[in-house]
Amino acid sequence: MLQFDLWKRVLIWGICALGLLLAMPNAFYTRVETHNDAVTAMERGSTAPGLQEQAGMWPSFLPSGLVNLGLDLRGGAHLLAEVQVADVYETRMQGMWPEIFAVLREERGQIGTIRLQRSAPDELRIRLNEKPEAVGEAAALVRGLARPVVSLTGAGSSDIEVTTEGADVIVALSEAERLATDDRTVQQSLEIIRRRIDEVGTREPTIQRQGSDRILIQVPGIGSASELKDIIGTTAQLTFQPVVTRTSNPDMPAGAGNELLPAEGNDPSSRASEEGVYYVLEKAPVVTGEELVDAQPSFDTNGRPAVSFRFNPTGARKFGDYTANNIGNPFAIVLDDAVISAPVIQSHIPGGSGIITGNFTVEESTNLAVLLRAGALPAGLSFLEERTIGPELGADSIAAGKIACIVAGAAVLFFMIASYGLFGVFANVALVINVALIFGMLSLIGGTLTLPGIAGIVLTIGMAVDANVLIFERIREELKTAKGPARAIELGYEKALSAIVDANITTFITALILYVMGSGPVRGFAITLGLGILTSVFTAIYVTRVIIVIWYSRKRPQKIEV
Amino acid sequence: MRLRLVPQETNWDFFGRWKLWFGISGLMIVLAMVSFGTRGLNYGIDFRGGTTIRTQSAEPVDVGAYRDAIAALGLGDVTITEVFDPNFAEDQNVAMVRIQAQDGQEAVTAQMIADVEGALQGVVPDINFVSVESVGPKVSGELIQTAVIAVVLAIAAVLFYIWLRFEWQFAVGAVLALVHDVALTIGVFSELNIRFDLAIIAALLTIVGYSLNDTVVVFDRVRENLRKYKQMPLKQLLNLSINETLSRTMMTSVTTLIALIALFVLGGDVIRGFVFAMIWGVIVGTYSSIFVASAILLRLGVKRDWSKQDPSAGTRFADVDA
Repeated sequence: MLQFDLWKRVLIWGICALGLLLAMPNAFYTRVETHNDAVTAMERGSTAPGLQEQAGMWPSFLPSGLVNLGLDLRGGAHLLAEVQVADVYETRMQGMWPEIFAVLREERGQIGTIRLQRSAPDELRIRLNEKPEAVGEAAALVRGLARPVVSLTGAGSSDIEVTTEGADVIVALSEAERLATDDRTVQQSLEIIRRRIDEVGTREPTIQRQGSDRILIQVPGIGSASELKDIIGTTAQLTFQPVVTRTSNPDMPAGAGNELLPAEGNDPSSRASEEGVYYVLEKAPVVTGEELVDAQPSFDTNGRPAVSFRFNPTGARKFGDYTANNIGNPFAIVLDDAVISAPVIQSHIPGGSGIITGNFTVEESTNLAVLLRAGALPAGLSFLEERTIGPELGADSIAAGKIACIVAGAAVLFFMIASYGLFGVFANVALVINVALIFGMLSLIGGTLTLPGIAGIVLTIGMAVDANVLIFERIREELKTAKGPARAIELGYEKALSAIVDANITTFITALILYVMGSGPVRGFAITLGLGILTSVFTAIYVTRVIIVIWYSRKRPQKIEV
Repeated sequence: MRLRLVPQETNWDFFGRWKLWFGISGLMIVLAMVSFGTRGLNYGIDFRGGTTIRTQSAEPVDVGAYRDAIAALGLGDVTITEVFDPNFAEDQNVAMVRIQAQDGQEAVTAQMIADVEGALQGVVPDINFVSVESVGPKVSGELIQTAVIAVVLAIAAVLFYIWLRFEWQFAVGAVLALVHDVALTIGVFSELNIRFDLAIIAALLTIVGYSLNDTVVVFDRVRENLRKYKQMPLKQLLNLSINETLSRTMMTSVTTLIALIALFVLGGDVIRGFVFAMIWGVIVGTYSSIFVASAILLRLGVKRDWSKQDPSAGTRFADVDA
């Protein structure tokens, strides 16, 4: 009657063992963390002394996944930024004016003279001074400049909307183009922020898009939110400089008016990514990133990936003059004092737009385009939420949480033994496995443990015994009807099952809703609560059962007391 | 020699004084709502916007001096409270400074925080700012909205699940019990003026989960007994079901409470409000699953006779085992 197939037993113990194995690294948190950091550093090509030794602190054949500690436990900064997407509309409209002006001026005979009126920043209002009746034709001319929107949802619509009002032609971005622009702006801001934070090299920053125009930034271990804002706010310096020579000698004298800069070593997007390559450049840049309007991944005439870029009028003039005079010479694209690329000028580049070719992959050209645009954030950021948690507060919370967990666990263990004797011991074994499983699963999915998350675990310790209590109480009841211990145990499990399942599914539903609706610490709580429900049901209906079955088949007691 | 929280066999009458229990619950809810209406909740910055700064210094906290230093900046409503906790070291003096959201600003201002920190450093040179949190009014409005939606959604989802697994009368009973628990918890937070922030919403939802857990276990037994004792009057049957599950109800509540009390005492002041909400929820939830959910079930009645076709029910698989 009380039987378990062998494969089931193997599976159950296998899951428990796996859970314990996955949870184990957390018991040696600092040690494993040092190991992981050293391994990542070595993968990046760092050869600092001692790394090998640090990596050896934890054997590599053991799992090394750790539970991430949330900001409230580790300390760090949290920012919720809103990208002022409307900023970009203004730039876009201003950029469009020369084009519109040129088109309308050509048709001066038909529509007379025009003048740009004061208007809202996100539109252009053009007044026809002499022939207000020709407003329809003027609008038609401007409409001719419209381009299709480049996005999935906006396909088929054009980027500008031209309306008339009296003698005025009003040009504004279309709804579809706005959406597409917003999306691009936020995406760009996100990439720029990520790049800047990565440069600082902190551990596991979270940089996430939230909703349509928000970015959530969480950086553990940073001193304060304002420090983080400083990092985000720093503009990366992008310049285009003439190359004097290329060298592998880091101490080469650069000469007056020149400077020696390294090729960016650890960036795969760089064409000059060889280690130990240096360039001697003229200090005075030809053009700076402030004059760059746009950079996009594209393809050259042979269909190879390339990056196309565009300068504003002043930049275009300078760049055109320089390229005309230096065909065949290399020039360097320098970002934050490192040469990211040094292509050779193939031809005179007039008009301020050009293309950088090389042996790029599509991914590399995309990255380079991002780097080029990364000169400045495309739009302003306003910070809706900022939180700084000091590391000492986090450490206090961990210490307090640990003690609370141990005391809570011990009290519950004692209480269970006092109430159910031997069966209480069985339940306790399951409880310990349960907590280990929670940590194992958290490590596996890379979940984040927060302070409310610790509360979730403590709550689970309290509630995990519930399923066992239900079963044991049921066995007690069944024993009263004197069907013999084996039957009573079997019935106990059978009849308690529906209550266990229903009770836990309802709690799981609330955990799920918390996870979906919540953020930060609350979400951390939902994760541990949800995982705790899964593991506690598993341990109660399988683990304790296997233990009881094994015990029963060994002892064959005539009478049991629960 | 086993520890028993309740005698092995109980036959207590839980419904003899149902009017009294309903009265008490009703009165408590009214009191909770009156308190909520008149005193309101002590919303944290998550819901109201503003800034909280947690300070720590070796010197004892002098709330008056802090207040004077900050008052000079003219930031409107500023609350300063000293925080006590048994876990603190001798030279660990902690205070919370809360500054209201500044008018006309959607975003948070770094300048204001720097000013406040500067002012406090002027009074206490060795002061440390262990955590600084600012939430702009725009976000806090949304957070309230999300929180309310979350609670309502959770209750609705649960109503649906129980209706699916049991009968609608059970679902109504369980949900009224939940509303009772949530209302009383809000009442306690309002009456005791405990800070109500996002974490408390998490606690509220956990209470919802826990209270249900309890209610569902009782209902599960009622469902079983309904099949077993077809002729027993409903009142007696409910009483029997509660008595049969009483031992388990008490065991689970007590183990959960033990764990929570350990966390309440030892877990530090940061989550104390959160843990308090859960402790209260466990107590109220246990009470409500017996005295509210089951009592409502008794008032609503349950369809007993499955052998007769119910014209309104259509084809039900439940008919098969009747």
